[in-house]
Amino acid sequence: MKPAAFSYHRARDVDGASELLSQLGGDAKLVAGGQSLVPMMNFRLARPRHLVDIARLDELSHITPDGAGLRIGALTTHHTVETAKARLGGGFAVLSDAMSWVGHVPIRSMGTVGGSLAHADATAEWCLLAVLLDATVTVRGPDRAERTIDAADLFLGFYTTTVEPDEILTEVIFPRPAPHAALTEFAQRHGDFATVAAAVDLDLDGGTVRGGRVALGGVAPVPVRVSAAEEVLRRGGPAGPELFAECATAAASAIDPPADADGSAEYRTNLARTLVTRACEEAAHR
Amino acid sequence: MSTTVPHNPEPRFDVDGTWVGASVPRREDPRLVTGRGRFVDDITLPRMAHAQFVRSTVASGAVEEIDLTGTRDTPGVIAAFTAADLGLGDITAVLERPPSEFVPTDMPVLARDRVRFVGEPLAIVIAEDPYTAEDGVEAARVSYRSEQAVVSDEQALAEDAPLVHDNAPNNTLLDVSMFATDGIDDVFADADCVVRVDARSSRQNALPLETRGVVASWDDREEQLVVQTCTQVPHQVRTVLARSLRRDERAVRVVVPDMGGGFGQKCVVGREEIAAAAAALRLQRPVKWIEDRKDALSAAFLAREQHYDARAAFDADGRILALDVDIVCDMGAYSCYPFSAGIEPLMASSEMPGVYRVPAYRVRGRAVTTNKAPSAPYRGVSRPQHVMVMERLFERASRELGMDPVEIRRRNVITTFPYTGVNGVTYDPGTYLESLDLCEQLVRDEGWYDRKRELAREGRVLGVGYCCFNERTGYATEAFAKRKMTAVPGFDISEVRMDTTGAVVVTSGTLSHGQSHETTLAQIVATRLGLDPARVKLHQGDTDRVTYGWGTFASRSATIGGSAVSLAADRLVEKLLHIGAHMLETRPDNVELHDGGVRQRDDHGQTLSYAAIADTAYLRAERLPKDTDPGLTATASFDPPGDGTFANATHAVVAELHPGTGRVEILRYLCVEDCGIVINPQVVEGQCRGGIAQGIAGALYERISYDEQGEPSCASFIDYKVPTAGEIPDVEIHHLETPSDLTENGAKGVGEGGTIGAPAAVLNAVNDALRPTGIELDTTPIAPETVQRALEESS
Repeated sequence: MKPAAFSYHRARDVDGASELLSQLGGDAKLVAGGQSLVPMMNFRLARPRHLVDIARLDELSHITPDGAGLRIGALTTHHTVETAKARLGGGFAVLSDAMSWVGHVPIRSMGTVGGSLAHADATAEWCLLAVLLDATVTVRGPDRAERTIDAADLFLGFYTTTVEPDEILTEVIFPRPAPHAALTEFAQRHGDFATVAAAVDLDLDGGTVRGGRVALGGVAPVPVRVSAAEEVLRRGGPAGPELFAECATAAASAIDPPADADGSAEYRTNLARTLVTRACEEAAHR
Repeated sequence: MSTTVPHNPEPRFDVDGTWVGASVPRREDPRLVTGRGRFVDDITLPRMAHAQFVRSTVASGAVEEIDLTGTRDTPGVIAAFTAADLGLGDITAVLERPPSEFVPTDMPVLARDRVRFVGEPLAIVIAEDPYTAEDGVEAARVSYRSEQAVVSDEQALAEDAPLVHDNAPNNTLLDVSMFATDGIDDVFADADCVVRVDARSSRQNALPLETRGVVASWDDREEQLVVQTCTQVPHQVRTVLARSLRRDERAVRVVVPDMGGGFGQKCVVGREEIAAAAAALRLQRPVKWIEDRKDALSAAFLAREQHYDARAAFDADGRILALDVDIVCDMGAYSCYPFSAGIEPLMASSEMPGVYRVPAYRVRGRAVTTNKAPSAPYRGVSRPQHVMVMERLFERASRELGMDPVEIRRRNVITTFPYTGVNGVTYDPGTYLESLDLCEQLVRDEGWYDRKRELAREGRVLGVGYCCFNERTGYATEAFAKRKMTAVPGFDISEVRMDTTGAVVVTSGTLSHGQSHETTLAQIVATRLGLDPARVKLHQGDTDRVTYGWGTFASRSATIGGSAVSLAADRLVEKLLHIGAHMLETRPDNVELHDGGVRQRDDHGQTLSYAAIADTAYLRAERLPKDTDPGLTATASFDPPGDGTFANATHAVVAELHPGTGRVEILRYLCVEDCGIVINPQVVEGQCRGGIAQGIAGALYERISYDEQGEPSCASFIDYKVPTAGEIPDVEIHHLETPSDLTENGAKGVGEGGTIGAPAAVLNAVNDALRPTGIELDTTPIAPETVQRALEESS
């Protein structure tokens, strides 16, 4: 469990990191918190020839509410978001609350928002939140070329995204407040990758649901929005057990999850039903 | 007979002049908690090289070629050796049993022409650093002729099964029917109630926090191979090293630094430490090997994969009449040394009746060999499993008979002692009934039965489960000899030396790897000598400093090691009194110990400090009595009489099942234990808690499975679900104290009890909660999906 040999480069700024990526080509990999990449290197499942360390680029560590919504710099740690609830305001409290599901405190203290999005684990909380809340990410390519990618177009499959090898994910933007949103999940041990994770964002008008979004992780290679369940919310009704059960059943019927040692497809379907119900309840109570 | 000790007793030394029973702070803690411990991986020697192993990637097959050309060409690689290069003797555990009962099999240090499990070491690579060692491992090319792997006990026992060892027909290494009461079939035929349990437990890893490791080096001046390694049994490692390397045993020194646990995985001799030592000799350079976590999970010694088909007969009043059990233990690819593959089935066969009066007993115990990493003892050895099966039989009978599950146990536990069971084992006094009664009372007083009923109305699913068990601690030579071992642990030898200042050094053949012996054995010696424990220093884990001993396993240290240090201390006391009387010019029977010295009985003003006596014994030997040798040393050995002593406990668990996820949540965990005289309550409670955590792990979390090709499913902690502090509940512990007459301090040993009681208590609680569904679960670990489905199907 020792990595294969690699060269280590530390970038001074985003431009420098970008330059290094262009120079070093496909054998280079960005490292920030290293919470996923380094274990994979230790198992020699990942063997980049070059590591470009961007962990010290302070310009990418920020939480900025502005007219565009909430901007979170890629190098902001999970722990920073977890403890910034007051600064985020009620509209984005779901982001802080969801962080308690991310690994354990040491992982949250090192791991970064951008790293998690770029790593694209199918059960990662940030990926699920981005898909749920229609986030966009900003990436910087060679020659300071910047583009944005909608979360819906970001994830291609297991651990693969539409971010190019010479691009750096610099920021994620959550465009609108989600005051009635919640994320919940189940893993046999707390802190593990979720067997299934569910996130719900309700449009509430008093006690009435007028619409909403439902996203699931762990049921497909990428986090998915479940339109059948969102259709139930769009038809609306009193925010209560009946509507939530209908929404959860719709979600469970719409998925075709994988089976592994943590559970069969049927079990994951049952978990999805339980967790969507739970997420609806929690979202409604915010 | 027994007394209840309050939960957190005040230290008692100030009351009755003894350190035994006091929560003396752990002497080990300051260095361990401030990072000043010294573990194998902390050792660095000049010119030290680093080893890693080329391991088999197939579970079963002939080795056609091991090509190490690329390895040897890898930058940084110093050397690479196969079995043929090193020519080492095999490791072979033998039982004195006929071939129909036991088949000895050889475990080569490095596999030669055949591999038997994924992860089996084939070659050792030595490099300048651990990174290049792995590069060298990667560059090795091994070609195999792959064969059908045997990956389950059924497959192993099937008629046309491929043989894991050519000399072991039916893949059976041990097949023993230790007991078969005459007429037992008639008892079953005539009984009012017969229940059956078909139970399985999964393969687990004992998982010491510190993985295995070794630093081997040659000492020219001592003409000695020095092996610093984390083992529970340093002398046995030395014996096997000497034999395997074909050297005098004095030319090998095994030294054990601080250790981060063992749990049995380190009480057998490992292949890697011998290969690393041989490489160090060959290269004339120190060689370090630190097992990485990936290898530790899949290729270290594993344990606990067992299958029970058990029946029990009861009369209408719930009294057990007969027990009939077929036990098959999947021991993996090899026999471990010195215990052999018989360790699990022999333990289960011998101890299965447990705390109950079982009049008729028949058992067949088998060890089968499969293409999986081999098994070694793991804390509790079989008892977590056979106790679980026994407790399931009682639960099932209580349902059949419409009896309360505690009441049926109450009617069957042994209450008069000594009791000689149908298994030929004599049990010394214990609190089987008292612990059960107290545990149930605690559950009742806390209102759990009422809450269970009330919460059921809200749709919540709670269950209460018990486990009542005993645990033989401190196995005597005689007890192991009964199992026909040819390397028979049992005794322990201690030496106590007092220096000229009156301070004491004590040696023990036991080996603390987390058990706090530096604290507890010092407490014992300090009590015998009337000294502050701070003035007693323990030496363990160095074969040059300590007389041949058997290390620490099977809860033997407090009972056997504690007794040996006591007897040695007593002999030193005799000598101190003898010299003291001479110096005070009085009769030998007119002196006694007092406050770190000797005083005259009939004139308390006449006193001598130990330092004064020691001064005479060492520096002024001309003043000694004529019949007395100079110096203040004493040696003694101890071997428990007969069947040894039995600790006991009752555990109770309240569990809640969550229908939406199948999660099993432990709401309450109570433990009423009796380990005889408690030497240090804090240490005893630590042992209980740690053991219970490992028992819960077995009941709910940990499992290593193998696919059809024999590939294990545990590359990392993502797959191997060792529970964390987040999953383990707080445990409330109550002590009963039944002093043992068979040990010097009345202690009974407590190392394994927690692990033994937890699986049954958890499983019974889950099954109690599932009772309305009619579904019973007898296989561990219980996956959330299993619980979820059980609740779903019934709703």
